[in-house]
Amino acid sequence: MHNFEFVKPSSVAEAVAALASEEAQPLSGGQTLIPSMKARLNAPETLVSLMGIAEMQGVCPDAGSLVIGAATPHATVAAEAASHFPGLAALAGQIGDPAVRNRGTLGGSLANNDPSACYPAAALGTGATIVTNAREIAADDYFQGMFTTALEEGEIITSVRFPIAEKSAYAKFLQPASRFALTGVFVAKYASGVRVAVTGASENGVFRWAEAEAALSQNFSADAIAELTCPSDEMISDLHGTPEYRAHLVGVMTRRAVAAAR
Amino acid sequence: MPKDDGIGASTKRREDIRFLTGNGKYTDDINLRGQSFVHFLRSDVAHGRIKGIDTAAAEAMPGVLKVFTSADFESAGGIPCGWQVTDRFGEVMQEPKHPILAEGKVRHVGDPIAAVVAETYEQARDAAEAIEVDIEQLEAVVDMKAALAEGAPKVHDDLTSNLCYDWGFVEENKDAVHAAFESAAHVVSLELTNNRLVANPMEPRVAVGDYDPWGDSHTLYTTSQNPHVIRLLMGAFVLNIPEHKLRVVAPDVGGGFGSKIYHYAEEAFCTYAAKVLKRPVKWTSSRSEAFISDAHGRDHKTKIELALDADHNFTALRTESYANMGAYLSTFAPSIPTWLHGTLMAGNYKTPLIYVNVKAVFTNTVPVDAYRGAGRPEATFQIERLVDKAARELGVDPIELRRKNFIKADQFPYQTPVAVVYDTGNYDATMDKMLELADYANFDKRAEESKARGKLRGFGIAHYIEACGIAPSNLVGQLGARAGLYESASVRVNATGSISVYTGSHSHGQGHETSFAQVVAEMIGVDATSIEIHHGDTSNTPMGMGTYGSRSLAVGGSAIVKATNKIIDKAKKIAAHLLEAAPEDIELKDGKFSVAGTDKSVDWSGVTLAAYVPHNYPLEDLEPGLEETAFYDPSNFTYPSGAYGCEIELDPETGKIDILRFIAADDFGNIVNPMIVEGQVHGGLAQGIGQALMENCVYDDQGQLLSGSFMDYAMPRADDVRGFTVDHSCITPCTHNPLGVKGCGEAGAIGSPPAVVNAAIDALHRAGHTHVTHIDMPLTPSRVWAAMKA
Ligand SMILES: Cc1cc2nc3c(=O)[nH]c(=O)nc-3n(C[C@H](O)[C@H](O)[C@H](O)COP(=O)(O)OP(=O)(O)OC[C@H]3O[C@@H](n4cnc5c(N)ncnc54)[C@H](O)[C@@H]3O)c2cc1C
Repeated sequence: MHNFEFVKPSSVAEAVAALASEEAQPLSGGQTLIPSMKARLNAPETLVSLMGIAEMQGVCPDAGSLVIGAATPHATVAAEAASHFPGLAALAGQIGDPAVRNRGTLGGSLANNDPSACYPAAALGTGATIVTNAREIAADDYFQGMFTTALEEGEIITSVRFPIAEKSAYAKFLQPASRFALTGVFVAKYASGVRVAVTGASENGVFRWAEAEAALSQNFSADAIAELTCPSDEMISDLHGTPEYRAHLVGVMTRRAVAAAR
Repeated sequence: MPKDDGIGASTKRREDIRFLTGNGKYTDDINLRGQSFVHFLRSDVAHGRIKGIDTAAAEAMPGVLKVFTSADFESAGGIPCGWQVTDRFGEVMQEPKHPILAEGKVRHVGDPIAAVVAETYEQARDAAEAIEVDIEQLEAVVDMKAALAEGAPKVHDDLTSNLCYDWGFVEENKDAVHAAFESAAHVVSLELTNNRLVANPMEPRVAVGDYDPWGDSHTLYTTSQNPHVIRLLMGAFVLNIPEHKLRVVAPDVGGGFGSKIYHYAEEAFCTYAAKVLKRPVKWTSSRSEAFISDAHGRDHKTKIELALDADHNFTALRTESYANMGAYLSTFAPSIPTWLHGTLMAGNYKTPLIYVNVKAVFTNTVPVDAYRGAGRPEATFQIERLVDKAARELGVDPIELRRKNFIKADQFPYQTPVAVVYDTGNYDATMDKMLELADYANFDKRAEESKARGKLRGFGIAHYIEACGIAPSNLVGQLGARAGLYESASVRVNATGSISVYTGSHSHGQGHETSFAQVVAEMIGVDATSIEIHHGDTSNTPMGMGTYGSRSLAVGGSAIVKATNKIIDKAKKIAAHLLEAAPEDIELKDGKFSVAGTDKSVDWSGVTLAAYVPHNYPLEDLEPGLEETAFYDPSNFTYPSGAYGCEIELDPETGKIDILRFIAADDFGNIVNPMIVEGQVHGGLAQGIGQALMENCVYDDQGQLLSGSFMDYAMPRADDVRGFTVDHSCITPCTHNPLGVKGCGEAGAIGSPPAVVNAAIDALHRAGHTHVTHIDMPLTPSRVWAAMKA
C-alpha cells in the first residue's frame, strides 16, 4: 500500500470540501477500497472517511419508504430493517461474512457497483432513490454498467430511499469462491406492479428483467414465469458459470424469490 | 501404563494450547536485529525473453540496500531436483536448470526476475516498481498435449522438447497387457482430468536468512516440512555451504500439505543475500504471491482402460497419462506421477496385468509437485471411477464388483504386478464397516424422501489403497531418489527422569509433540507430561528426511521406539547394578524396575539419577548418562486402506451438490491417538471434497492464472464439509514396523474425490440422466447442470 493522508470529517459539507482536492477518494467501510489499495491497484493521496458523519448513519422509516444512511453497515441494516422491510434486511444479512457486514456499507456498495454485488439488486428492484450531496437519482438512471454509475467526481451518496414493498425477497446463488452472487434476483411487489432486478449475471451489471416483471404483475406466482427464459447473450462467462448457465439461473432464482416473498 | 496419555489414549494436543492462545512462534514472528526485507519482482508474462533489466532507478530509491538479478548468482547452483526418473527406453529424464532468479528467460507468471532488499518491506516494493525489465513476450505453452506437438514453443531452449520423460511401468508387461485386452470379454474405458490444485496452507511461506561473520556461519529460518532436507539441498547444491556452517530452523509451521517440502529459490536467496549484505534478510509471501510461487498439485490427464473376463474378473488394466511438471522440476516432482502413482495402480484388486504410461511435460506454469496424497489420489481416482463405470456398463452392483475382485484377507502378503507387496489388509471388513455406518440398507428410503422434495440423492463408494511410510532407502535409491528415506531420533533422559526427545520428523499440524510423547510414555511407563518432543532445528535434532507421505509415525515413530529401547536396555543394566541382580531378571513396568519374582525395586528417577550421579555405578562396564540415538530405515512401505461412502443431494434446477454424509472406514493399523487420527481424516476429507466440488487452478491459453486469489479459487468452508463419520476400528497391523502403524495423514484426500464423483453420477443415473457417465472435477454447479442438459 502506498502512503496516503487520512481525514475524518463530521459533516457531509466538510467531506465534499475535502474531496475537492485532486486524488482524494471517499472511504466508507473499506471492504473494497482497502484490499485494492493493498494490491496497489489504487493509490489515492487522501482518504476521506465517511464513517464519522452522523447524518449518513441509520435506518429510518419515512412515509412508505425506508431511508438508510449511506454509511450504515450491512449488519445494522440486517438487524434494523427486519421489521420494516424483511426482504431488504435479508439481502443485507446475506452479504459476505460477519466481518464484512460489520464494516461494509450501503453507500460503498452502490458507489462501487460490482456486477456481482447484492445491494444494486435491491436498489434497482425497489426503484430506490439514491440521494447524494447534490441531487436525487432514480435507481433506473443510476446504474450504468459494471463498476459504472451516474455519480460525478467528488459526489457522495448520503442516503438511499427504498420504497417498502408489499412483498419482496432476494434469492442469491453463491459464487463458490467469493460468495458474491453468481446470480442474485431481487423481486418486489408493489401496488403499481412487480419489479425484478438481477445481479451477478450480466456483463452490463445489474438489470431489470422486463418479461418477468410483466408476467408477475399479472400473476404474482412462480408458475407465472415457469416457461419464461432469459436470453443468455451479454451474460458473464467465467470459471464459475457459462452465459447459458447464468441465464438459466436467472429463471430459477426469480421463481425462488417469488415463492419466498413475504 | 499411563492410561490417560499412553498409546491408544485420545490425549488432547498439547501444542494446541500455544496455537489457540496466540503463543505459537512462526517464522514471520522471528525478527532479527538489523533485519532487512526483500521483495521479488515477478514475471507477469508466462513466457518471455529478458532483453534487459535496468535497476539504476530502483537502486537510488529510499532505503534500498541492493537490487539483485541473476548476475549476482553466477557462482550459485540451480535449485536441485531430488529424484531422477529413467524413462521407458532407459534414458534419464530431461532436467533443466532452475535458477534462483530468472536467467535469460521467464517461464511462468510469478517467475522471479529481480529482488530488491531494502530497510522496509514497503520500500522494497516501491523500488521494485521502478525496475525496468525489457521482455520480449514469447508464445506460451499451457496445454500438455499442445506442448508435445511438433514445433511447439520450448519452455527450455536447451532441451530437445517439452517432454521431461516418457515412463512405462511395468515396461516388460506391456505386450502381455495389450494381449489381454485383445481377448477380453469386456473393456471399459474412461478419460479424465485430475484437476490442478493450490495447497493454500493457512500460513504463507516465509524465509529469514542470517549470517554470522563470527563463525562464518549461516542460519535460515523457514516454513519447511523438512529443515534437514533444505539444509542438504541448499547447502550442497545451491550455495556451497557445508552442513556444519549452516543451520536451518523450521519453527511452528502453519500447514504444508506438501507445498512446504520443497527447496524454494526464496530460501536460497535470503540465505545468500544475508551474507552479501551482512544483514538478516526476510521474505514473507503474500497470499497473491503464494498462488504464483508455491508448487501446485495434481494436474494429470489420463485415459484408463480395464479388461474383464465373462465372469467380471479384472484381467488387465492400462493407462496413458500426461502429468504437468510446470516450468521447472520441483524437488520431488518427477517421482509423483511415477513411483508414487504407477505402483498403486493395482488398487485393492487382483488385476494380474497392469501397464502404466506417463508422459511428464514442461509447460509455462508454476511447478507442480506433491500435494496431500501425491500420486496416490490420482491412482485411486482413476481406478475407483473406472470400476464404478464398469459396474454401470455391466449392470452389476458396484459393491459386488469390487468385492469379487478384492484381494482377500487370507491372501496377504500380496505381490501386485506393479512391484509392491502389500503386507496386510482386509478390504471386505472396511467395506462392511462403511456400509453399516452409512446405513446403506436404508438408502433407497432416503432417496425417496429427497425425491419428494425435488432433490436427487446419490450414494458413491470408493475403496482406496495407499503406500505410506516411505520408504526403504536402498529401494528408492534404485528408483532414482537422490536421498535416503529413513528417520532418526535421539532420546535424552535427564538426571531427574524427565525426557527430551529430538526427532527429525517436523510437525506442522500432525500433532507429533503429543503422539510421539504418548509412545515414549507407554514404553517407559512415565507420565507423558515429563516428556518433551523437540523438532525443526537442524542444530539439535538428528537428520530427518521430512514429514510427508504419512510417514512420521511409521518411520519417525519407529526410530523413537528404537532409541527408547536402547534407553530401556541400558537403564535395566543400571537398575540391575542398583538392585544387585542380573539385567535379564529386571522388569520395567509402570516406570518402575523390579527383580522378577522379588519385591526389590527402584523407580525410574532412581535409575536416571544414578546415570548422571554415578557414585554407585558400574563405571568399568557402562558409560554414565542416559542418551541414545537411533536411525530407522523401513523394510517396506505401509499400506493403509479404507472404504469411503459419500451421500449427496443434487439440486436438479441448479446443479448444486450438497454432501449430506461422508463415512470413512479406514484401516490404519494400530492407532496411537484416535482423536488426532480423526482430525487428520477430517482435514483430508475436506481437501478431497474441495478438489471434487470446488477447487480448481486454471490458466488461460496465454498462461495467465485465472484463479489467482480466493475470489476465484474456491476453498471449502466449514459449511461445505459436514456430516463426517470416521471409523478406524478395522485394524490389520503393519507387520514390519514396531508400532504396527500404517499412517493416516493423506487417506481422506485420497479416498474422497472418487466417492464424491461416484455419488453424483449415482444421483444422476437414478433420476434417469444415464447419458452422464463422467464429469470432470471440480463438479461445480455449472458443470453438473451442463452435463445434465447435454
Ligand atoms: C470477503 C468479502 C465478501 C464480500 N461479499 C459480498 C457479497 O456477498 N455481496 C456484496 O454485495 N458485497 C460483498 N462484499 C463487498 C462489501 O459488501 C462492501 O461493503 C462493498 O464492496 C463496499 O462497501 P464499503 O463500505 O466497504 O466501501 P469502500 O470499500 O469504503 O468503498 C468502495 C468504493 O466506493 C466509494 N465510496 C464509498 N462510499 C461512498 C459514498 N457514500 N459515496 C460515494 N462513493 C463512495 C469509495 O471511494 C470506493 O471507491 C464483500 C467484501 C468482502 C471483502
